[in-house]
Amino acid sequence: MMILIIKRVMMAIPSLIGVVVVTFLLTRLLPGDPAVYFAGPAATPQAIQEVRVKLGLDKPLIQQFGSYVFDLAHGNLGTSLTTGQPVITELRTRLPASAELTLLGLLVSIAIAVPLGILAATRPNSLLDHTCRIISTAGVSLPVFFTGLILIYVFYYLLGWAPAPLGRLDVFYVAPPQFTGFYLIDSLIGGDPQAFIAALKQLVLPALTLGAFSLAPIARMTRASMLAVLSSDFIRTARASGLSNWTVVITYAFRNAMLPVITTLGMVFSFLLGANVLVEKVFAWPGIGSYAVEALLASDFAPVQGFVLTMAAMYVALNLMIDILYGLIDPRVRLEA
Amino acid sequence: MTDTTAASPRESQVASLLRHSRHVLAENPVTGFAFALFLLIVLAAVFGPQIAPYDPLASNTAQALKPPNAQHWFGTDQLGRDVFSRVIVATRLDFFIAVASVALVFLMGGFAGVAAGFFGGWTDRIVGRIADTIMAFPLFVLAMGIVAALGNNVQNIVLATAIVNFPLYARIARAEANVRREAGFVEAARLSGNADWRILVSQILPNVFPILVVQMSLTMGYAILNAAGLSFIGLGVRPPTPEWGIMVAEGAAFMVAGQWWNAFFPGAALMIAVFCFNLLGDGLRDIVDPRRRT
Amino acid sequence: MTAAAAALRVERLSVEFRTRSGLVRALDNVSFSVRKGETIALVGESGSGKSVTAYAIMGILDLAGRVTNGQVMFGEIDLLAASPKQLAAVRGRQISMIFQNPRTALNPIRPVGRQIADVFIRHAKVPAREASGQAIEMLRAVGITDPARRASAYPFELSGGMCQRVMIAIALAAKPSLLIADEPTTGLDVTTQAVIMDLIADLAAELGMATIFITHDLALASQRATRIAVMHAGHVVEDAPIADLFAQPRHPYTAELIAATPDSAASLDELAAIPGSLPDLRRSDLPPCRYSERCPRKTEHCAQPLPQTAVGAEHIVACWNPLPVYAPLKRAIGAS
Repeated sequence: MMILIIKRVMMAIPSLIGVVVVTFLLTRLLPGDPAVYFAGPAATPQAIQEVRVKLGLDKPLIQQFGSYVFDLAHGNLGTSLTTGQPVITELRTRLPASAELTLLGLLVSIAIAVPLGILAATRPNSLLDHTCRIISTAGVSLPVFFTGLILIYVFYYLLGWAPAPLGRLDVFYVAPPQFTGFYLIDSLIGGDPQAFIAALKQLVLPALTLGAFSLAPIARMTRASMLAVLSSDFIRTARASGLSNWTVVITYAFRNAMLPVITTLGMVFSFLLGANVLVEKVFAWPGIGSYAVEALLASDFAPVQGFVLTMAAMYVALNLMIDILYGLIDPRVRLEA
Repeated sequence: MTDTTAASPRESQVASLLRHSRHVLAENPVTGFAFALFLLIVLAAVFGPQIAPYDPLASNTAQALKPPNAQHWFGTDQLGRDVFSRVIVATRLDFFIAVASVALVFLMGGFAGVAAGFFGGWTDRIVGRIADTIMAFPLFVLAMGIVAALGNNVQNIVLATAIVNFPLYARIARAEANVRREAGFVEAARLSGNADWRILVSQILPNVFPILVVQMSLTMGYAILNAAGLSFIGLGVRPPTPEWGIMVAEGAAFMVAGQWWNAFFPGAALMIAVFCFNLLGDGLRDIVDPRRRT
Repeated sequence: MTAAAAALRVERLSVEFRTRSGLVRALDNVSFSVRKGETIALVGESGSGKSVTAYAIMGILDLAGRVTNGQVMFGEIDLLAASPKQLAAVRGRQISMIFQNPRTALNPIRPVGRQIADVFIRHAKVPAREASGQAIEMLRAVGITDPARRASAYPFELSGGMCQRVMIAIALAAKPSLLIADEPTTGLDVTTQAVIMDLIADLAAELGMATIFITHDLALASQRATRIAVMHAGHVVEDAPIADLFAQPRHPYTAELIAATPDSAASLDELAAIPGSLPDLRRSDLPPCRYSERCPRKTEHCAQPLPQTAVGAEHIVACWNPLPVYAPLKRAIGAS
């Protein structure tokens, strides 16, 4: 088991190296003089020269890369021009907001897509099956920011059910004391059910938007995988043994069908992390996505680089966890390791 | 049922492909619908500026934020510009971005993949490394980074979209090239004295193309969504240029306040275009390789 | 045969499949029966409908399949018309089935012990802990050494023969009165084949269990069964005790089969001695006798619906022009 985990971790290392190299190159690919960009649009030639020396942009590329890696290892991601704060601090403060939103969106998505896919596969050509297929095809065509806006229009403006899309909490509420940074969890730990409800209300629409976005690939994969597994030999044996419908479909079929779905989650995360940025803009969500977007508009590059690096590192870590999870479930992988 | 027996030697490959296509279209009206829609989009892209009733850039503050009515079918935006005209004219830009991205990634990915599969060895390793590194990033985030680094314009959106889709095309092309290489086509061609590059171009690329075409249709949908997403957060296209993504961004604030038409129509246009390309891709897949139907 | 003595009576079973290329009339008025404790064999080429018959009996036909006629009497119940509750009491408990390719017929990500225990939990309604103990005992009963350790193994860690033993354990866990064995030895090497067949025979004797062997191997069938029903293109063409079948085959197809089977056990599919081929079962103009188009003894009588002619004690043939009794004796293989 440990061998499996170690092996998988080793395989993730080249990806991490690639990520670091590419994010380094991105800043050096800036058209013109990078120092100008890092110094900001209002900088004097003298300030630009200072920045150049300070950031080591006059040194040879290899040396720059070396100090870049050194900085990274010490958690130094540079400083934001617009706020004057270290990038790493801001990212750390804002990360829970994005994580809470993305995780909730994914949860919603799985909670709908997986049962839908299972039911569609066990009742082929039924209304449910056709609904599932339509959702799968149409779902990938929806621009995520458009879905968000439509949801706001319908549920906030027309129906008045949802609160204004102004961030994580309505202005009248105070954020719960910080344990995890997840408002839902922190409010429960702090024993403040009002804050919990308030945070949940703000979360509903953006989480639904993200969930709607990732619904399609998960539903499609679950349905396809279940269909394949349900027609396999061992399911026939299970049926012939007279096992209950639940045992056959869930314990036998679904556990096997889950494997390709888990692999699909890697791709789903790639979409989700990207969609996160767009959803944060639509709902004024104070996460790392909106941090990067604001920095972009102000031509403030250090936050953007830090953002890309963080997102990529998280993505590598997520894929690693998915690989390990797959290995835990499928004994064929585990025992061959 | 139409038979699929070998066509007479006279019948060209194109003619038999058309015959097969017609058969598939007859069986699957949804694909036919997608084709028709595709033609409509192309027409809008080509003739958009001519057929638009108003100048998409002409502002008229007296007419600002009017809901859809007889003079302005899609209403007007905050500067009094006709939304309908803007949506139609924007087709050209979005379509161009999609086509350019797809063409670029086909060339880049197709060639790299075919070379990797054909030559193997170091070529294969390098292409693989590049593809793996790209795939280590969440794709939209990488596109953001590339456009931020290279400059905020349309060309870089096209380039970023192409780079982000590169691994997929390289993988498909490589797999096909591998199959052909191992099937002995290459040996035979080499033995008859053909240079390597010639074999690549005349034997392998034409066989790889149909499979990539299916993917290209799907990528066009993705490319439009990608470009719109980037424009939505302020990258690439700048106002007052009409582009669907930017129009949704500009209309977003108004939608929250109840003036829905600003953002709704460009968003709907986006949806329809992407939906069309996805359906088209599925239909093309049935024509090219029916075994892979889902 | 009286109802009391029969473990299972299949009467006029007809099954259709809806496919993309048309309606396949897979089974047409198939009738045969099995006595309590008896071992019979259902023999025929691939495509003759043997497995479909078994699936129809068990109620595990593909979704595209439909029973259009017939009864399957198990005791007093017609399995085809039974309620889900009645079927749940029968399937896997009173009638069990084992399949070919045992490795793929077992759940790849579940330890074999648990797969056997699942049957105990379901049918004997025992708690999980007790069920695993009983599963280990079953593994011992089917001849697997070190059963306690093997119980936590996965199918891919076991040989084909061991997987087949596991499947037998699953099938026999609830002590059924009837076992259907669909080509249980296909895919196994020759020594293992004999061992598995012996195991099934021993356990059947121990439990007083009736067995239906499905096979394309006529020689194998003759070694293990007391009666053979020969199938062709969805029909049962002849049904007789072994000695009678080999000594006096009455249906032209049976005679061809026997002639085509050499002394050493060989699969029918390998031998191309039988003229003609199976008719396309999608045709709407299928003749009532599906062998008639390749039959050398065809008469104009053969356009009529098939008879069920009794030509001896428990010897039935579905033919208007059966072979005469003094037909030359073909090689009798293993007939006792």
